[in-house]
Amino acid sequence: MAEEVKLFGMWASPFSRRVELALKLKGIPYEYIEEDLSNKSPLLLKYNPIHKKVPVLVHNEKPVTESLVIVEYLDETWKNNPILPQDPYERAKARFWAKFIDKKLLPTVSKLGHMAGKEKEEAIEEAQQQLKIMEDELKGMQFFAGQRIGYLDIAANVLIWFRIVGEFIGETILTAEKFPFIWEWIEKLMEIDVVKECLIPKERYQDLMQLNRNASKHASN
Amino acid sequence: MAEEVKLFKTFSTTFGLRVVQALKLKGIEYEAIDEDLSNKSPLLLHYNPVYKKVPVLVHSGKPISESLVILEYIDETWKQNPILPEDPFERARERFWAKFNDEKLLPTIWGVFIKEGKDREEAMAGSVENLKFVEEELKGKKFFGGDKIGLADLVFGWLGNLMGILEEVSGLKIVDERYPLLLAWMKEFSEHPVIKDTWPAHDKMIIRQHLQALLTRTGGIFLCNLS
Repeated sequence: MAEEVKLFGMWASPFSRRVELALKLKGIPYEYIEEDLSNKSPLLLKYNPIHKKVPVLVHNEKPVTESLVIVEYLDETWKNNPILPQDPYERAKARFWAKFIDKKLLPTVSKLGHMAGKEKEEAIEEAQQQLKIMEDELKGMQFFAGQRIGYLDIAANVLIWFRIVGEFIGETILTAEKFPFIWEWIEKLMEIDVVKECLIPKERYQDLMQLNRNASKHASN
Repeated sequence: MAEEVKLFKTFSTTFGLRVVQALKLKGIEYEAIDEDLSNKSPLLLHYNPVYKKVPVLVHSGKPISESLVILEYIDETWKQNPILPEDPFERARERFWAKFNDEKLLPTIWGVFIKEGKDREEAMAGSVENLKFVEEELKGKKFFGGDKIGLADLVFGWLGNLMGILEEVSGLKIVDERYPLLLAWMKEFSEHPVIKDTWPAHDKMIIRQHLQALLTRTGGIFLCNLS
């Protein structure tokens, strides 16, 4: 039976991009469906009735949601080019840090686009504290070998997204001076062809952030 | 060489209890270390420098924290009585529901108990919606894992015990006859031979919950209720 793989995604979502990255790493052919999140398709709502979000992977009509759950699903279903390490302890570490990125760093930086003044300063400080924790704990870690990246590298696409957000709000939260390990990690990631293919286009994203900012200004007027 | 397994927890920790239950399901021997969270041990801080929380599993000197990460580690390291199924799609389903509990269901229900006024109403509306989804998921199943307890059951497990305590102390009823499947599951799960002896002492929990409610109302330091 032919494998039918579809991905419902959105160009500006780092979660959606993660799944694309995993699919490409494994060389899995798929159909991509770009969703307009202000006008979600009936299919998206059918496949993800609870969260109504992207990304959604549909494999032979069966939906899988939540980006990291999808990545693990892909890894367990297609055994080539493994994404998670073999050793259970290494797997636990990868999962732990991916969770840290999503549960701590990401919400902090997401808020930043809408903030100003003291609130913004506090959020920036919080983000930097969290980055420092990562920097301190991970700095002994070996980088991925060659062009082969893994689970945590995929989750770390969010760190690349931070740089875009940081530039937009005029605050360089993530700098080479403060976080040399994380910086080098991102730089190395961005040299990889398949990662480059799945990057959120910077200018387009910043235009989108500007649009959102203008819209919320309008709304509060 | 004997496997050395330690678990840092507290007597009441909801997240730690999942790990206790998983270890028991698999028949893994371990040393339990009950922490006083107002006076955390140097060992806990050493093993979990990032979050400084319980639970932490230490296996042959290697620490793992975050309950869901610990559960997956346990399942991958000790293969007997698996808590995740073989099929990748079913595994994804279990992981989805584990996340749903931790990110949606638990916070909204918790909100009902600790918030007031309009915030509480919103939390209640959210809880009702989330409970409906969970009720749907139980259709035709004895456990979330099917015929036997799995990851999602362990994660939803707090409903089988802590929920009743919260309802008793607050006088609020949330999981009511609108959710017959969930009520049936709560009974099945909490009375399961492996699970039933793992619940922390009921009276101790009631007292603790009263104290928490008092502290919250009088604007006292809000301790992490789930620890």
